[in-house]
Order: sequence, then structure tokens, then C-alpha cells
Amino acid sequence: MENLVSIGIRSIFVENMIFAYFLGMCSYLAVSKKVSTAFGLGLAVIFVLGVTIPINWLIQNYILAQGALAWISTDFATVDLSFLQFITFIAVIAAMVQLTEMAVEKFSPALYGSLGIFLPLIAVNCAILGGALFMVGRPYNLAEATVYGFGSGIGWMLAIVALAGVREKMKYSNVPAPLRGLGITFILVGLMSLGFLSFLGFSI
Amino acid sequence: MSTAVAEVVEKKSEPLFSKKNKKLITNPLDIDNPITVQVLGVCSALAVTTQMKPALVMAIALTVVTASSNVIISMLRNTIPSRIRIIVQLAIVSLWVILVDQLLKAYSYDLWKQLSVYVGLIITNCIVMGRLEAFAMGNKPGPSLLDGIGNGLGYGMILLIVGFFRELFGGGSIFGFKVFEAVGVHYTGNGIMLLPAGACFIVGIVIWVQRTLNGHRETH
Repeated sequence: MENLVSIGIRSIFVENMIFAYFLGMCSYLAVSKKVSTAFGLGLAVIFVLGVTIPINWLIQNYILAQGALAWISTDFATVDLSFLQFITFIAVIAAMVQLTEMAVEKFSPALYGSLGIFLPLIAVNCAILGGALFMVGRPYNLAEATVYGFGSGIGWMLAIVALAGVREKMKYSNVPAPLRGLGITFILVGLMSLGFLSFLGFSI
Repeated sequence: MSTAVAEVVEKKSEPLFSKKNKKLITNPLDIDNPITVQVLGVCSALAVTTQMKPALVMAIALTVVTASSNVIISMLRNTIPSRIRIIVQLAIVSLWVILVDQLLKAYSYDLWKQLSVYVGLIITNCIVMGRLEAFAMGNKPGPSLLDGIGNGLGYGMILLIVGFFRELFGGGSIFGFKVFEAVGVHYTGNGIMLLPAGACFIVGIVIWVQRTLNGHRETH
């Protein structure tokens, strides 16, 4: 249990998807102009990460990893399908995003209205595939992988909502014209990333 | 190895194309740069640039993947049903990425380790998907190839600039060559350049300089 809390805290703050690994930067920069839309996209990312990482964990550990197919028969004990990782993971992610989109559309049209355009975008958000690939590289079990998925999603949402809040206030600042927009946003992200460094000292 | 292939194709096809098509290569270098103007493919641009060597390898890998998937999608563009086009595009891109990944793993294992997940993340690199959607779905294979190469070069240019400053100021070397020691000056690396924050600052400054030069402005 302590282990799970520690993984959760680490994935939210210390190993933040944005500030430590730069994953999902494209939508992070593009959709962070308003807090409300940033919040919506953040929720969608939490959900998709939280669902796809456990599914990809099962696929990795029961199908793709070396010797993972041993549950079928001992003949398969030496098969190593890990070169199929990318294509399998991305297929799972695209399918899950499509399913999520259909489910949200059916059961909560209001949420769909506000999230609608962002959901398909999530399939190509590097944070989702990146999370799956990081999960493979670490010795997590299923529960830990699930916590890791949700934690990374929460960290991502935290980052995008914070940036959107700062950018809303930026309207009132007098930024040099060539730096306006994207340039100053990068510098802001850099400063926020420095702030998040302070979490490195945490040990739980 | 794979660069040689891309370059040969580029040289062969260039004389066949008009001035307009040459723009497909030169525009992404400046006024239509994938990173600083279109804001695509930022993740890897920030993550792999602590040194120049991985930055160069990443740029080559991305150019190969973008150019070749552009050509394939462009050839298939009239047969792909638009409802499932994203998944078709992802499948084709991941095919190329798997090839690049396996080649890197086989021929330069250390670099492959260093680039870690970022080679795999070329699949979801917005440059590839963005060019497929914006260009290859509506153009012939020839121009699509040039567009892919052009955008790969534009991406590579920014990567090398950022990598140059980060490696120079962060570690005092260029491509692993200790510049400051070679001229007899002692230099203590500036740690902030190697942190994620340093990458953001440098990209911000590159955008600033580029926009001062070419006059591109953004109104909030």
C-alpha cells in the first residue's frame, strides 16, 4: 500500500510527464489558452492513461514479453514478441480512445459537447504512448501500473491547468512582440519546470 | 545508412520538380518551421537535445519516417476511408518506426539506450501525423516526399541548434569534443542547461530570434 502511494506521488510530482519528460507537449502548448478547456482535456487524459496503461500491462506481460506466452504451452516459452510493442500499444490506445469517445457520446452528451474535439486528439498525445513505454521499462505489477497511469494523468492535468492559469493572466503583460505567444510560453514552461524540481528532494 | 537512401532520392527527384516544389523543402526551415511555427513535435525536440549526437540521430530517424510515411499515405490517399484514416496512418507510421527502432538497436545499441522511449514516440510525434493529415492526404507522392524531407530537416535544424547550445554550455563539448579544454580554458558545466528547464529556455530564445528576423508575429 505504501508502495502504491509512493508511486502515485512520484508520478504526479517528481516524474511529471510534462516537466520531467516533455511528453504530450503539442496539445499542452496548443490547448492551454483557457483554464476550462485545459481542465476538460486534462480529465480526458487522466481517464485514457488510467485505462490504457493497465490494458497494455496485461498485453505486455501475457503476450509480448519474452516467455510471456508460456501460459499457452511450454513450446512458446522462448517466443519474444516485444518488437510488436509499438504497433500493439498504439492500436490499443486508438481503440480505447474511440471506445471512450462513443461511450461518452452515448451516456453524457454534455461532457461530450465540451470534450468532443479533444478526445480523438488524445490518441496521438505522446503522454499516453510514452506512459505505456515507460511502464514496460519498470518492474511494476498490475496495481502499481494502474496507479502509475492515473498518477501520470493527474500530473499532466495539474501542469496544463497551471499553465493555462498563467497564460490567462499573460494577456495583461507587455511582452516583446516577437516573443509573444509561443516564445514566452516556452520560457514559462521552463520556469515552472524549475519549480517542480523542488519535488526531487521528496522521499516517501 | 538510412540517410544515404533519403539523400539519393532527394537528389534524383529535385530536378523533376518546379520552383513551387522546392519551396516544400525550404519553407519548413524558416517561415513554416514545424517546431517554432506549427508547434508540432515539441516533446522530442526538448527531450533528446542534451547532446548533439542523439539529436542528430533523432532528426535523421524522424526525417526518414516522415518522408516514407508521407509517400505511402499519399499513394493510398484515395482508398483510405476517411472515418478510419487515423488508425491507418498510425499503423503505417508505426511500421516505419519499428524498422528504424530495430535498425538502431542492431547497429548502435548505446544510442538506442540513450534515446529510450523517444524513438518509439515518433509514432505519436505530431509532425508525422500533422504532415500526413495536412499534406499527404491531398497531394501526389512526389511532392509528399519533398514535404516530408523538408519538415524533417526543419525539425532537425531546431534540434541541432538547441542541442548545440545545451551541450556547449551544459557540458562544455560539441559532439563529445571538449571545446573549452582544447583551447586551454577551464569550464564548469552549467547544470541548468542539462535540465528540462534549460531546453525550454533555449527553444523560447530560438523562437524569439527567429521571429525578430522573419517578422512573424502572434497576437496572443
